Amino acid sequence: MTAIPASRWNRLRGHVFRRNLTWFLMSLPALAWILIFKYFTLVGVWVAFTDYRVRRGIFGSDFVWLKNFEFLFATDTAIRATVNTIVLNVLFIVGGTLGALFLAWLLYEVYTSRLTKYYQTLLLLPRFISWVVVGYFVYALLATDNGLINTTLRSAGLDPVSWYTSPQYWPIILLLVSLWSGVGVGSLIYLSGMLAIDTQLFEAARIDGANKWHQFKDIIFPMILPLVVINLLLSMAYIMNADFGLFFQVTRNQPLLYPATDVLDTYIYRSLIVTNNVSMAAAAQFYQSIIGFALVITFNWVVRRIERADEPMSLF
Amino acid sequence: MTTPHQQLLARRQRDTDLLLNWISRFSLHLVIIILAVLCLIPLLLIVSASFTDEIALTRNGYQLVPSQFSTEAYALIFRNPGTIVRAYMVTIFVTGFGTIISLTIMSLLAYALSRPDFVLRKPISLIVFFTMLFNGGIVPYYILMTQYLRVQDTLFALLLPYFVVAYYVLILRTYFAALPAELIEAARMDGASELRIFWSIALPLAKPALATIGLFTALSYWNDWTTSLYFIRDANLYPLQYLLYIIQSNAQAMQLQATVGTINMGEVPTQTARMAMAVLATGPAALIFLFFQRYLVRGVTLGAFK
Repeated sequence: MTAIPASRWNRLRGHVFRRNLTWFLMSLPALAWILIFKYFTLVGVWVAFTDYRVRRGIFGSDFVWLKNFEFLFATDTAIRATVNTIVLNVLFIVGGTLGALFLAWLLYEVYTSRLTKYYQTLLLLPRFISWVVVGYFVYALLATDNGLINTTLRSAGLDPVSWYTSPQYWPIILLLVSLWSGVGVGSLIYLSGMLAIDTQLFEAARIDGANKWHQFKDIIFPMILPLVVINLLLSMAYIMNADFGLFFQVTRNQPLLYPATDVLDTYIYRSLIVTNNVSMAAAAQFYQSIIGFALVITFNWVVRRIERADEPMSLF
Repeated sequence: MTTPHQQLLARRQRDTDLLLNWISRFSLHLVIIILAVLCLIPLLLIVSASFTDEIALTRNGYQLVPSQFSTEAYALIFRNPGTIVRAYMVTIFVTGFGTIISLTIMSLLAYALSRPDFVLRKPISLIVFFTMLFNGGIVPYYILMTQYLRVQDTLFALLLPYFVVAYYVLILRTYFAALPAELIEAARMDGASELRIFWSIALPLAKPALATIGLFTALSYWNDWTTSLYFIRDANLYPLQYLLYIIQSNAQAMQLQATVGTINMGEVPTQTARMAMAVLATGPAALIFLFFQRYLVRGVTLGAFK
């Protein structure tokens, strides 16, 4: 073995250094963005413990212990928003999973058909429509005077419903809208899980005379159950976060609907922008963020314990 | 040996099986077609309303086929197209620049993090991916944008929010890490700099991943209205989706005032014109979607839906 001459060694070290410097400089722009937008906001949740004054900034405002939280939980609105967020999210998760599974199974059964490509295009289309436009067509359906549903009800001799003033219907309406928007995309992951199943299993089942339902119950469902469980757990981690667009645009932000549709995200928006109560918004924001953080950690830890090593799905 | 009678029975059984098979396939297709049409109908309702005569729409209601065909709503918009053209320009600018900048800085970072001999790989990865666990939320973000960066009512406010998504960086990093090491080693032997390797070897090979992530990023910019809800008051900077929202909420407020009697209903933008605006704002995006659909389905294998 010959020793590397000092001059060459230095050159090599120079290369290594220069390469590392390039990589560091390449990381910088995105890293700077992350430090400002993610870590400042991480530290910025501190504002929940201050009597926030715009001119004094987050760290110059007076520290007030838990006063903001006392005010927050003294109102029924915050508690209502929390309950709505959790209940509706559970509804969406359960409904969305069932819908996505059903659709995935349908697509799986016809997968060899040339038409499948076109079906998928149509089923994925809603993912591309903004919540503002969704709000527009929901209005076209539900408008009291001339919406399609009320017109149909009238011509069937039934009483029209004043949808935008009747909160009791909205959990179902929001579920249907969220299914419309998300089920096509949601089905893709289960479809790819189903496509990975060994088809020989079906040959055997067919010889045994198993019909489609038995094939689903005895082969497909058990095979993709781990995927379903993991997906459910991962969505539970985000149960405190509501889809702002769905709750703000689709309900047209109608105060009369708040009993059923006001969630943490819309409540925080209103406190921050409309009523301009930053401390209140910050307190709600803090507990949404902190519980969300705990849930993400917990559920990812659970998923990590049960997932298969060859298909990791947890974040860490 | 089988008797002719047994043969006949067997053939009949086969025919029944075929028929049953055909029926079950047919009904499966039928259910999917119904669901696919349900995805489309709400959008058709908007298109139909935009081509309906205003008075007919008030009288007969929203229908899937215009009760009285009219292009007056579009004529009304094109007579005075300033607002929508301006909003289009804002949206196109923000979507174009935002997506390019975002893809550039995310792939630069992802490439650096995919190099096994990068000494800062571990600490930087930790900084980047920890952000996936925690979300400080809108309140500190609002204070950051308005009090510290002071970007409200500028195009920066519309561009900045979607520059980096940690999850996309993760996908890109995995993609870059899977590139054959010999390829990069060979380029190094030829004296190519790291930046050059990134630009002429890594990026072209990562095109499928870049296309999918680019599509998702472009979509976030195109459909964004929340950023404007918080940070844009200057009507010259309204992007398309926010303009649609403003029109809708103004009409709502005016209707309320009209019922109280403080304003004349003639000033309210007509229902059909609002629907025509929605069509004009969504149509091009929907066409682009049809074009890029395969990247979307590929996004699933990459895990881009989260």
